[in-house]
Amino acid sequence: MTSLDSFAASFSSARPKVRALLKRLPPGRVRLVLLPALTFLAILVVWELAARVFHIPSYVLPAPSRIASGFDSIPFGRWVEHVWATLRVALMGYAISIAIALPIAIGLTKSETLSACLYPLLVVIQSTPVVAIAPIIIVVLGAEDAPRVVITCLIAFFPLVVSTTTGLMATPPELVELSRSLRAPIHREFTQIRIPYAIPYIFSALKISITLSVIGAVVAEFVAAEKGIGYYIQFSTSLFKLPEAWAGLAILMVMSLGLFQLVALTQKIFFPWSLPK
Amino acid sequence: MREAPDAIVFKELGQVFKTDSGSVEALRDVNFAVKRHEFVAVLGPSGCGKSTLLRCIAGLLAPTSGQVDVFGLPVTEPRDDIGIVFQKPTLLPWASVEDNVVFPIKHKTGRVNQEHRASAREMLKMVGLEGFEKRMPAELSGGMQQRVGIARALLLNPDILLMDEPFSALDALTREEMGFELLRIWQASPKTVLFITHSINEAVLLADRVLVMTGRPGSVLCDLEVPIERPRSIETTSSKVMHDFSGQLRSLLLKRAA
Repeated sequence: MTSLDSFAASFSSARPKVRALLKRLPPGRVRLVLLPALTFLAILVVWELAARVFHIPSYVLPAPSRIASGFDSIPFGRWVEHVWATLRVALMGYAISIAIALPIAIGLTKSETLSACLYPLLVVIQSTPVVAIAPIIIVVLGAEDAPRVVITCLIAFFPLVVSTTTGLMATPPELVELSRSLRAPIHREFTQIRIPYAIPYIFSALKISITLSVIGAVVAEFVAAEKGIGYYIQFSTSLFKLPEAWAGLAILMVMSLGLFQLVALTQKIFFPWSLPK
Repeated sequence: MREAPDAIVFKELGQVFKTDSGSVEALRDVNFAVKRHEFVAVLGPSGCGKSTLLRCIAGLLAPTSGQVDVFGLPVTEPRDDIGIVFQKPTLLPWASVEDNVVFPIKHKTGRVNQEHRASAREMLKMVGLEGFEKRMPAELSGGMQQRVGIARALLLNPDILLMDEPFSALDALTREEMGFELLRIWQASPKTVLFITHSINEAVLLADRVLVMTGRPGSVLCDLEVPIERPRSIETTSSKVMHDFSGQLRSLLLKRAA
């Protein structure tokens, strides 16, 4: 038997073992967490090996270990400052988007005239490339947080308006008739029927918008900022410090993921009935 | 002493809907009366304006001509003494069964007290859902959900109960069972019922009178007394008189359609 044969044999005999091991994993949640985590780890290992074996230059694709060392380029306190700058703008933009989108959605649902007036305008705003308008906004509103928050809003609020309006309209007409037949005050048609009915729609938009908010904050930092992860990525690339830029990118991804999960968790805790079975 | 007015009186009622592609006449010259605590079934093909009739009584739709009187007064807006059961149960998916039943009070007044909750539980007991108060609608079968819908409509103790094909979304067996349940509930707490259906058997089993409607524009073709004594039971469904009367209705409906 050649060594290759024995390798193949040991591999094929290992397969049932792997399968048995997979079967022994606890079913359901743990399995759902463990399998993607292992896959991710495998990709990192392959990436690291490929970068070393093929001597890929770090400005093309730095190895994960190089990216990890990119985190050491500035002290922890500076990272916190950058993260906070981006997070603050993203969250403020997100909150303001929600505060604007909900009343607009209610208005669009309730009044056909308002809908006819506003909807084309909303589509125009949505079709304007925010990246193109960002420098103008910065000039108009100055160098503080305000222009960055506005840019974030412009990116994040449209899905909220559309999805919330769709949800408010998706209420069964019978319940609206029931409300009318009871001669209930109009605000309760919204607070007790339409808005709860729109919750699944609102949350799917909230999930999209939270990641859009991070994008908005980063785009604004690209244009003008002296702090924030977006600023740091741009600054690092301009000095050809690619591993540092990748480290910043990794932080942004973790931030987006974390915020997304936070929104998903909020829905799970407060509106469990609104999740699909 | 003056005789008490009928519960519902239709006088030359007509309804025309304006749409983008012209106007559609849904109802023309509808005339009939329903006495208090009478159970009247409205039977007709789909699209004959049965639901429009119901919306006119409920005050959700203003007739384009003629009028509807409820207890002697023309209907101009929704009234408190009318309960509606819709084709689909349309419960609130985020509220428990009990919260769904008290919903009309909560929606109308903004608050609910223990007394309301007690009467909601009583209603649930009457429709056979004792012990299900804390369940969520998604945990119930279609028939049970519609029972909640009926309990919700009965909560404000309305004099008139409007039912818009309430059992048509249910499977055949559950549908028959719910028919008998409704008979039981109606005997326990008499109401004026206007029951819209396209099932001949359902109409004959439940109603004192059957109004047969024709379509486009909808109007009442004939108004027949159901010659079957109460109380009615499962045996009634196989009796000769029920069979003959159903046959009479069937030929009336199908002849018009042909």
